[in-house]
Amino acid sequence: MAENSVKLHYNVDASDFTVAGQASGAVKKVLKQLGFSADVIRRVAVAMYECEINMVIHADGGEIDVEITPEKIRMIHKDRGPGIKDIEKAMQEGYSTADEKVRELGFGAGMGLPNMKRYTDEMNISTELEKGTVVDMTVLVK
Amino acid sequence: MKLSEVKNILNAQVVVGEEFLEREVHSACGSDLMSDVLAFVKDQALLLTGLVNGQVIRTAEMMDIKAVVFVRGKKPTDEVTALANEYSMVVMTTDAPLYAACGKLYCEGLVPKERLD
Repeated sequence: MAENSVKLHYNVDASDFTVAGQASGAVKKVLKQLGFSADVIRRVAVAMYECEINMVIHADGGEIDVEITPEKIRMIHKDRGPGIKDIEKAMQEGYSTADEKVRELGFGAGMGLPNMKRYTDEMNISTELEKGTVVDMTVLVK
Repeated sequence: MKLSEVKNILNAQVVVGEEFLEREVHSACGSDLMSDVLAFVKDQALLLTGLVNGQVIRTAEMMDIKAVVFVRGKKPTDEVTALANEYSMVVMTTDAPLYAACGKLYCEGLVPKERLD
């Protein structure tokens, strides 16, 4: 692994929706301090924020590992949620399994995974029903 | 358009960020759906919304949006304004509904470069 890499770890607490986004906010701050371009920072922040929201509303929280190098930023989100039944459907804009309460909060419109895909260069999802989901995303610094 | 002009056009009250009213915005987005904001908003935009919770401020922060207008007379909680304060954001409230607020700003010249027409 590159010597000049920064590794960050966050626990995502699902008990309070109002704090969802704290980890992405913290990573955004670190990337700013490290001098990444506004475009890279925004792409990482939005992808991570959407994923963090998903972890809170669907999966009872989880853990996020972020590795930052000058060439790329990799974010690995692991949850212990119910898993995704149909990934192909979940990737379609507008498809959602979120309940009314989540929609009232401004999310759950079926844009989460498509937004993550939109803003990242690589995205891999591995999911197992009743066990959890890992969303592994990378943003390349061009 | 300067935020001070936005304030006048919408007859809005500033909740936090009175000192930042000289900031310029180049476009605006009216939405209650934060995922749409995360998908489509461009640089230096103003967010108008009828949704009042902390995730509005967090969404704005992720998209580098520096000003939020809550419509239909909705008042943010102390928690929401504290978060906006932390991010040096301007928060205003107006009695106008979302459609009318967006329409007024559009008519007064806050028109994004990539218009639909």
